[in-house]
Amino acid sequence: MTSARQLGDILLKVEDVSLSFGGVKALEHVSFDVREREIRAIIGPNGAGKSSMLNVINGFYQPQEGTIMYRGRSHRHMRPHEAASEGIARTFQNIALFRGMSTLDNLMTGRNLKMKKNLLWQALYLGPARREEIEHREFVEHIIDFLEIQAIRKTPVGRLPYGLQKRVELGRALAAEPSLLLLDEPMAGMNTEEKEDMCRFVLDVNDEFGTTIILIEHDMGVVMDISDRVVVLDYGRKIADGMPDDVRTNSEVIEAYLGVMH
Amino acid sequence: MLYREAGQFKTSYAADQALLPIVQDRWFLAVLLAIAYLVVPFVADEYWLQAVLIPFLVFSMAALGLNLLTGYAGQVSLGTGGFMAVGAYATYKMATTFPDLNILVIFLLAGLIAAAVGLIFGIPSLRIKGFYLAVATLAAQFFLGWMFNKIGWFYNDNPSGTITAPPRLVMDFMVTGPRATAEVRYIVALVLVTVFALAAKNLVRGRIGRAWMAVRDRDIAAEIIGIRPFQTKLLAFAISSFYCGLAGAMSLFLWLGSAETEAWDINVSFQVLFMVIIGGLGSILGSFLGAAFITLVPIFLTNAPQMFGVNMATDLQKHLEVMIFGGLIVYFLIVEPNGFARLWQITKEKLRRWPFPY
Repeated sequence: MTSARQLGDILLKVEDVSLSFGGVKALEHVSFDVREREIRAIIGPNGAGKSSMLNVINGFYQPQEGTIMYRGRSHRHMRPHEAASEGIARTFQNIALFRGMSTLDNLMTGRNLKMKKNLLWQALYLGPARREEIEHREFVEHIIDFLEIQAIRKTPVGRLPYGLQKRVELGRALAAEPSLLLLDEPMAGMNTEEKEDMCRFVLDVNDEFGTTIILIEHDMGVVMDISDRVVVLDYGRKIADGMPDDVRTNSEVIEAYLGVMH
Repeated sequence: MLYREAGQFKTSYAADQALLPIVQDRWFLAVLLAIAYLVVPFVADEYWLQAVLIPFLVFSMAALGLNLLTGYAGQVSLGTGGFMAVGAYATYKMATTFPDLNILVIFLLAGLIAAAVGLIFGIPSLRIKGFYLAVATLAAQFFLGWMFNKIGWFYNDNPSGTITAPPRLVMDFMVTGPRATAEVRYIVALVLVTVFALAAKNLVRGRIGRAWMAVRDRDIAAEIIGIRPFQTKLLAFAISSFYCGLAGAMSLFLWLGSAETEAWDINVSFQVLFMVIIGGLGSILGSFLGAAFITLVPIFLTNAPQMFGVNMATDLQKHLEVMIFGGLIVYFLIVEPNGFARLWQITKEKLRRWPFPY
């Protein structure tokens, strides 16, 4: 499926990004691009800088060098709020849900940026504020249906099992109607069945909503199956970039993963 | 058997998002309000209103305010007393400077002034969290208390240093001052608490409340969704201080009549914090339950020996009172660390399934 798919224009272009924490170089001159409607995987051994890369893209880290071009606009660095309002949403490696809130409220929080009614209307909960709340509830219910989490709508997320929490977190990101979705190890710690479910959701999101996805994942089977193109990072440097099959046979990648015989 | 939601189907999101989705809850609240408005003012005597119900309402308002900040937005504050003092002094200043302005308008303006002060003292929350923030808000408490004591302008250079609520009318009823009856003051306090409790509930179930809880639960995730943590926290400080300021205004004008800064000292801050913790952090109902517990139990303990016909020395009784009260607090926190609101919720869940255990 990978090569047959028609990819769109460049949505995001990371150019020559370097990020360091004191003496530790997390990213060194990394460049790659992401095309519209693409599923782009970032892989690499532990500590390769994958999560740092996502943090740079959605503005949580500010790189010392390089630019990020998103939708044709060049940013020295993004700011989290700016990234969110421009349609970048993400999930976290360690689930970062709002534990005290129900599934529904978590998803509704994902739509906060789209809700505009002011404090006074909110306090009165009449007319416009109420209508707004119901409109957004309708949208969120579509996502609840899509992710098949109807039964846990009103359950506080802290009480949910791990796999479902991951799914709710995906839902929260989707509620923001992102054009670029960053998934940080969405299948970590899952059994095969849960992984298959999650893969299906990722593919469906990409297919039905046309969302561009950047995916960090350690399960090579998953990466090779669902991604269109793969970036490989090792020690903060990009060592390969291309179609899954090309990357799989790349000698540097094999070295990074398996080590080299001396 | 009485408390069942079986057969109550919701066919619209509006119905599902209603304040009280279960019919029994709606009836319960309606009856409670009817009693509070129509029965209590005619039945309760001066002592009950002045010593029990009005302070309960005043502290409910303060607890609501602190719960919005600490329970919902997750910012610990020990400045409640200070913000209440701002409300009280602002009301006093405005009421004496503009005698013709409606006292309820002045209450709201005083709330806004307290909100502005709260906003300023909320700025440290950008950088510090938890206990450290609590210490920073402690500075607000001491600074404000000191300021109202030192600067004569705030108490109109009154030689005694006290501020006294001047008599004011609302719709031909004497609402404040020495000649205002306890019944009228009770009703005014009740109206304010009803209105602002509803407003608080509406806030926390909408966009703003979700933003607060998001910042409380995971500030990083909240930021990445597009919630600006600083603005969200500041808004929580402002609104919380509005409620506290209103509570302060009520405590001077509807309850105490005249007071000095000691009426809103650090003890009040702690008391309100205990109310919120015991009642239930992040629960509007909990604010009321906590306020009821902290204001009513000591009164009950004071009167209990006479009620059971036991005579004991006043000092012994006072000491016992403090010990029992402390013991009760510890006991309830061990039984349910999430407060009375959670206990109530568990009871409701049990009732729904009764007589089946699961």
